[in-house]
Amino acid sequence: MAMFRDPFGTFLQFQQALDALRASSWLESSTSGGGPFPPVNVFRKGDDIVILTELPGIRKADLQIHVKGRTIRLAGAKPVEYGEKASLHRRERLAGSFDRAVTLPVEIDADRIKAEYRDGILALYLPRAERDKPKAITVA
Amino acid sequence: MADPQALAVQEKKELVSKEEQTVPARYYVQITDIYETDDALTVVMEIPGVEKKDVEVNVENDVLRVEGRVDFTKYEGLEPLYTEYNVGHFARSFTLSNRIDQQQIAAQLEDGVLTLMLKKAKEAIPRKIAIG
Repeated sequence: MAMFRDPFGTFLQFQQALDALRASSWLESSTSGGGPFPPVNVFRKGDDIVILTELPGIRKADLQIHVKGRTIRLAGAKPVEYGEKASLHRRERLAGSFDRAVTLPVEIDADRIKAEYRDGILALYLPRAERDKPKAITVA
Repeated sequence: MADPQALAVQEKKELVSKEEQTVPARYYVQITDIYETDDALTVVMEIPGVEKKDVEVNVENDVLRVEGRVDFTKYEGLEPLYTEYNVGHFARSFTLSNRIDQQQIAAQLEDGVLTLMLKKAKEAIPRKIAIG
């Protein structure tokens, strides 16, 4: 991919690419809304779709992922606890629950979906359904 | 919002620092909670995507600096289609008001959350004075 050819500043280029796509309309037509948390990034890897989302402080056990058709639903809760005798100096972390559904514009193979959760990042690997892949047509 | 407990998206703030970074990449300010107990100051930071080995914590001249670097190689081969958040390294510094025992800083990283326990130096722990 051209984007990663330059070893210097590749990360910056990637960050710029991410910024350029912020608030694009790719998922806008979806009717299944829910809250905007967690924010998602959607990538393409070959034919497949990869969804990454940042969920720091959420335990694996508190995370629910459901897939139905083209819709992926992410739900869970995030606890933020302080000790009983603590006096707070700064409080920026938010606690609460979330429930979000994302509908993809391509068909996915629900049986082959893989989910990984590491260091507060959830990665969903969504293989594109064979029947949804474009067919090459040779001109006779 | 109907549900007051529903989580909101916290937009990442880009780091504005006096020094420039040597690498051309964006840094963000990590979301942080700080609370104090009788004998320690606890700093809790959200640094999703940062591995243990890429966290740097140091205390110098009463300034706590925490830097976390994300492993960019994990994003190789991924072509962004739709994005709602940016990815970057994290860096943030705090001036500490209490004297901290530098030998006793405990750090723990779990699910993208870094917890630092900074034990107060002995002379900084308040002494209870009994009235005779």
